[in-house]
Amino acid sequence: MSVDLATVKRVARLARIAVTEDEANRMVGELNGIIDFVEQLSEVDVTGVEPMTSVMPMEMRLRADVVTDGNKADDIVANAPATDRNFFMVPKVVE
Amino acid sequence: MTDLTSLTIAEARDKLASKEFTSVDLTNAYLGAIDAANSVFNAFITVTPEIALDMAKASDARRAAGAAGALEGIPLGIKDLFATKGVHTQACSHILDGFKPEYESTVTQNLWDDGAVMLGKLNMDEFAMGSSNETSYYGPVVNPWKAEGSNQQLVPGGSSGGSAAAVAAHLCAGATATDTGGSIRQPAAFTGTVGIKPTYGRCSRWGTVAFASSLDQAGPIARDVRDAAIMLKSMASVDRKDTTSVDLPIPDYEKALGQSVKGMKIGIPKEYRVDGMPEDIEALWQKGIAFLKDAGAEIVDISLPHTKYALPAYYIVAPAEASSNLARYDGVRYGLRVDGKDISDMYEKTRAAGFGTEVKRRIMIGTYVLSAGYYDAYYLQAQKVRTLIKRDFELCFHAGVDAILTPATPSSAFGIADEALAADPVAMYLNDIFTVTVNMAGLPGIAVPAGLDKKGLPLGLQLIGKPFDEETLFRTAHVIEQAAGKFTPSKWW
Repeated sequence: MSVDLATVKRVARLARIAVTEDEANRMVGELNGIIDFVEQLSEVDVTGVEPMTSVMPMEMRLRADVVTDGNKADDIVANAPATDRNFFMVPKVVE
Repeated sequence: MTDLTSLTIAEARDKLASKEFTSVDLTNAYLGAIDAANSVFNAFITVTPEIALDMAKASDARRAAGAAGALEGIPLGIKDLFATKGVHTQACSHILDGFKPEYESTVTQNLWDDGAVMLGKLNMDEFAMGSSNETSYYGPVVNPWKAEGSNQQLVPGGSSGGSAAAVAAHLCAGATATDTGGSIRQPAAFTGTVGIKPTYGRCSRWGTVAFASSLDQAGPIARDVRDAAIMLKSMASVDRKDTTSVDLPIPDYEKALGQSVKGMKIGIPKEYRVDGMPEDIEALWQKGIAFLKDAGAEIVDISLPHTKYALPAYYIVAPAEASSNLARYDGVRYGLRVDGKDISDMYEKTRAAGFGTEVKRRIMIGTYVLSAGYYDAYYLQAQKVRTLIKRDFELCFHAGVDAILTPATPSSAFGIADEALAADPVAMYLNDIFTVTVNMAGLPGIAVPAGLDKKGLPLGLQLIGKPFDEETLFRTAHVIEQAAGKFTPSKWW
């Protein structure tokens, strides 16, 4: 499988990264280079092999469902580009 | 006062304890060294002199009150992706412009709890994506090592290039770093320092800017094996805030140094002998084998059949996880915002302006391999191959192998702005060929300097261990270090 310009633009849209025509064209070559490199994985016989979903086999630790954090809205918005009364301000979300 | 910055952490620890000098003295010595030389290396991207001296004064007071911790008064450099409260934390990316966290990462908090002092934040490849520290928003780092008879500026490796360079140039006593595909071990090998990536889950990832969550792991870069052992003991902890961290006791790693390796089985994997491997690297590997044989270890040939698939599998899994982890950088809650005509336009413009070229490339690859129609062929396949890679190691360990010895890198440090590497992303990726297998399997790996190449540049050997058996790595690396000696760059700055 290889990527073409249309695919690059579609993927850029999915990734929400604006690309210029030049950048998109350059990426076609670069991404194809990487895809070619990883293509060799299809050689491996993975019949009956489970995908590795956990690096160290372990049971996820649970805790009691109690509130242990919070009341720090100021901290949370401290680094935001635009806020108003502890809301994050963004351009209008148009549908 | 003699040059305090020439002392290792262990030496400084002893002299601070015997009150030969204070942490303020030691911290001032390092701040002076940074002031004099950092502009040459670009290792530190933020220096925190006031914080450092406040911490040093507090440390001296604690010591006077009889409450000295394991790293009391030791000045360290911190890789820019560890959240340090109130201090620049941007993973060397423009998209986190101005970000100063309101919280501290667990790993750095552990270090401060043990009495260490923060000198500042260290340069790195942007979002830890790179093997040369050339993708940093703040520019490349210069390796303190230069080839004999050459003035060419060399890379320190990456992504923890700032950490490795600062340690090698004595701008800090030790440094924190992270490793996703080799980012501790490769720069350690390029700079003649020691770097260990512990077992996945040994250190908490809470408060470290995420690249690939199933691969990332924090660890120290230090001047020698003892210092690395001292630092890891403080950095490691189980953490309720990181459910992938493992609740196992943390050994006193320093005690492993000096223990005998007699009768230990050291595996030599044939698949790590790659086509076109420079003879310097093969010679170094043989030297390491001889060191361990002389110390009484048993050398065993082993096979890790899926080795060659680790790098391609990594370049599917890591970008895929990165595309998910970096989705949060959207200009809304922190960092850079570039205005747009609507919210989607804002996201696209912000991310286009904020991310560097390599980061964008990896997000794109990740998005592609996870997208509908491609998930099975790429991501799922890679995760299955990952199981096989891990199984290769498990079978060897089960057969009695205690540790595996390989080269750390396929070459010594290369030049900054190398044209061939700049033209082909995959060529750069090949730098991680010996190290990525270890992240894919979740195992611990250490890089220890073992010799110099024909150009006089440091080369490192890698030891790979069983899960949570970092003690064996320290024990064995110490044997190599004792036999090979330590390597310090001759000062040209």
